[in-house]
Amino acid sequence: MTALIALRAILHREALRFVGQKGRLVAAMVRPLVWLFIFAAGFRAALGLSITPPYQTYITYETYIVPGLLGMICLFNGMQSSLSLVYDREMGSMRLLLTSPLPRWWLLFSKLLAGTVVSLLQCMAFLGIAALWGVRVPPLGFLTIVPALLLSGLMLGALGLLLSSLIQQLENFAGVMNFVIFPMFFLSSALYPLWKMAEASPALATACALNPFTQAVEMIRFALYAQANLPALGWTLLATVIFGAAALWGYDPVRGQMKAKA
Amino acid sequence: MTIAVTGLSFRYGAKLALDQVSFSVAPGFTALLGPNGAGKSTLFGLLTRLFTAPSGIIVMAGHDLARAPRAALARMGVVFQQPTIDLDLTVRRNLVYFAALHGIAGREADLRIQATLERLGMAERANEPARALNGGHRRRMEIARALIHRPAVLLLDEPTVGLDAASRAAIVDHVHDLAAEGLTVLWATHLTDEVRPDDGLLILHKGRILADDTARAIAAGRPLTETFLALTGAPA
Repeated sequence: MTALIALRAILHREALRFVGQKGRLVAAMVRPLVWLFIFAAGFRAALGLSITPPYQTYITYETYIVPGLLGMICLFNGMQSSLSLVYDREMGSMRLLLTSPLPRWWLLFSKLLAGTVVSLLQCMAFLGIAALWGVRVPPLGFLTIVPALLLSGLMLGALGLLLSSLIQQLENFAGVMNFVIFPMFFLSSALYPLWKMAEASPALATACALNPFTQAVEMIRFALYAQANLPALGWTLLATVIFGAAALWGYDPVRGQMKAKA
Repeated sequence: MTIAVTGLSFRYGAKLALDQVSFSVAPGFTALLGPNGAGKSTLFGLLTRLFTAPSGIIVMAGHDLARAPRAALARMGVVFQQPTIDLDLTVRRNLVYFAALHGIAGREADLRIQATLERLGMAERANEPARALNGGHRRRMEIARALIHRPAVLLLDEPTVGLDAASRAAIVDHVHDLAAEGLTVLWATHLTDEVRPDDGLLILHKGRILADDTARAIAAGRPLTETFLALTGAPA
């Protein structure tokens, strides 16, 4: 019971903070919309797409990159909420959380879930705008995409949590953003299909396939058309478990990650 | 004894931060006095289980912190040196959040929070953002918040850092009053003027407890500052 009360409070706090920071919502929406409205329009002519599952007909480039941009929202949110963790820790509110009488894994999971829910809301808003922009999404897709987005959010949030446990200073974090976000995003199927990448470089295509972000994007892509991509789902699930376990290890009091902050 | 620490050692790499620290604290006000770098914050990190020590036992209100961490944490109120208030949330929201982390919600939370706000004289300001409060009020709010779940022990790590003289005196008085009502208070500081003659006093220096008695007994008729400087070898 205590655990559920705490979970609700952590979710509520995250939601209040999100609503309170209007700039954050606008920034979160502008980033993928710039890619959709401008990048995709310019890129459409350059990239020819063949018919590959889950698509059953020729699609526009805008349609192709929507799942990638949903993944991008989850990626940025995962990193941003862990950025707030680094910041929180410095501000002391992480201490408040970690000294409450609940299992640490539950507290960290609650924090993770809170970030993921915020990310889900942004994704749904973006998807709505994309649909108005002319990207055709089957109505059922709005529903089936929810679990895929939740899992992607948890996986990327867990990665962020792991990074926040390893990083002691805010300054270092900016560097990791460059070394994590950009490689993860560009070495994935978010902007171009893997077969296209394989034409350019088989090695890069392999790196893309191994990237858990690719797996998350493919899971989202299929879920948007009410289909399950089981290998992608399995890999994303595995990555979530690995990142989650590593983050828990990072925050283990025996390992003493908090001691440098004492 | 509400706090019992036995044989606690902790090192950062090669540097020994705490060396076989043992002490116990009874209900009332006990000051943990030490110069900067004495190991106070490390001790606080261990007492609040932000991290754990490879050797030593900490018992809080009858619960072994290593074996029953949640039971021990539930009996503990903590005020950290760094502010832990969410400045963007209202005063009330900050209190609601904390209460929920301790499993207190609904009507019970409302009642306790209302009582806390009235005790602080902040009932009218409950819906203002915490940012609107001055430093002294924020600290008082953190102390009141740390008591919402009615702990047996209140730990404060240099809680007057950054406050003006009047706010500092008010907070020192306030926490002495709480201790007089039967709460066990452990107050870490490097300022001797926050310690009263009848307070329990632990002097920590270079990771070791140098003195453990009442402030009056340790001062032995001299001003406490003089004794403290003599013990820690700092220039007067």
